[in-house]
Amino acid sequence: MIIQDLMTVGSQQQIAKNIFEMKLTGKLVGEITSPGQFVHIRVSDSFEPLLRRPISIAEVNVEKNEMTIIYRAEGHGTGLLSQKRAGDIVNVLGPLGNGFPVNETASGQTAVLIGGGIGVPPLYELSKQLTAKGVKCIHILGFQSDDVVFYEEQFATLGETYIATVDGSNGTKGFVTNIMGELTDEFETFYSCGPMPMLDAVQKAYVHKKGFLSFEQRMGCGIGACFACVCHTNENATDKAYVKVCSDGPVFPAGVVQI
Amino acid sequence: MSRLAITLPGLELKNPIMPASGCFGFGKEYGNLYDLSQLGAIMIKATTLETRYGNATPRVAETASGMLNAIGLQNPGLHGVLENELPWLEQFDVPIIANVAGSETADYVEVAKEISKAPNVHALELNISCPNVKCGGITFGTDPEIAKELTAAVKAVSSVPVYVKLSPNVADIKSMAIAVEAGGADGITMINTLVGMRLDEKTGKPVIANKTGGLSGPAVKPVAIRMVYEVSQVVNIPIIGMGGITCVQDVVDFLSAGASAVAVGTANFVDPFICPTLIEQLPGKLDELQIDHISELIGRSHRL
Repeated sequence: MIIQDLMTVGSQQQIAKNIFEMKLTGKLVGEITSPGQFVHIRVSDSFEPLLRRPISIAEVNVEKNEMTIIYRAEGHGTGLLSQKRAGDIVNVLGPLGNGFPVNETASGQTAVLIGGGIGVPPLYELSKQLTAKGVKCIHILGFQSDDVVFYEEQFATLGETYIATVDGSNGTKGFVTNIMGELTDEFETFYSCGPMPMLDAVQKAYVHKKGFLSFEQRMGCGIGACFACVCHTNENATDKAYVKVCSDGPVFPAGVVQI
Repeated sequence: MSRLAITLPGLELKNPIMPASGCFGFGKEYGNLYDLSQLGAIMIKATTLETRYGNATPRVAETASGMLNAIGLQNPGLHGVLENELPWLEQFDVPIIANVAGSETADYVEVAKEISKAPNVHALELNISCPNVKCGGITFGTDPEIAKELTAAVKAVSSVPVYVKLSPNVADIKSMAIAVEAGGADGITMINTLVGMRLDEKTGKPVIANKTGGLSGPAVKPVAIRMVYEVSQVVNIPIIGMGGITCVQDVVDFLSAGASAVAVGTANFVDPFICPTLIEQLPGKLDELQIDHISELIGRSHRL
């Protein structure tokens, strides 16, 4: 169920250039049903900025009622969010959307998780849940440069992890697709989150595989009412001509959304 | 609750608070969050004769204390609304105000005729002011004579009272109001959004795919208050006021300016529980103002 919760900041730290990790505690955590869901955060008590900021959930700890979000502070809104400190209260709406289907990969099977930039965070909770049920996870993470790479070690503890940077300052020089071309295609499913060109390249490379993509769109309400974040669907992929990224997604089976 | 009850043409409102058209879909998303029967009424998303996909994305952009939108009247069309959306809303004890849009008079007339027969539609809101569609909408909303003729044409076929939604994008809103009243309008809803534009900081190009969008949110409230103040003094039909309402003081301001009820738009995106919250807080506000019934506030800004 979607609730509006006044969550408490447990910690906030910068983990890479302009990349922040924030832990939040509150009863909203108990409502999270799948990795890849997101929350809609009011970064200010005033109307400046007016709208909430959609941010993906990177890790969930139900016992402690705690979730971790990782976001890039690049504008006014996320800049304000990055100034919150432990003990501060944040108005959070969520959990929103439909996340990655963990049950689409069986125990003993292999899944490839491909993330790009600030699309990497939701893959962390996904990988934790997949590996916990006995799925072998291979992580391919792409970033602009070494100074914005984060969670490399955390992913490495869960499975093979490959890094690509556009400038070659960490791992393979180039894009996630450069790594994908080098690796075995003996896997059952792929899961991906990142910028649109990356999602397009991933689904084209793995066209015969079962996969799930998480999309990003400029959002208004976050709950499906305002029709700001609609995307066309591919013909015959679904019975609908369009989907709303916020409430029908953000995760869709590969091939459904027109890229 | 009777302290908050307001009676308007076709509408027995439990309270003067309703979500504005385009900010509430057809209610389903908010119906998952709270009991919609609490609301005074619901203004559902604009319905056109045919299904509309709307504009390309990006469709929204944030601005100082506001936002621009250019959704483009995306909706499932008259038959989709009659078959799926309105029947779903029948489970709630709340009057529906159906927002009617079109490209030409015949579209408006056809939609108005059919949708006004739905059992839970208690009034129509004639959308002659959407700034975000290529044809229709705004053209009907800027010429008093055309607006009057369209109002009369819709009045002739509607089974329920007709409210006309006025655009603020005109030189003289009073003449528009007088014209639709002469056309037979039972009420006025105002204001729709103000046409605006935001440019991308890096490219210098418009952020919204449609280039222009409608400005809403707290930023537009002073414009809306001024227009309600002016219009309420030149017509004898009631006004449902809207434009940047986020708190009970805003509700009081709109009623004081001359509105008989209010609609809440953009604030639903910031706080999806805003409407029930305002309804809950209103009695306390009346106590604070030492007012027995909410109707005592209506038009007090220009009362002699």
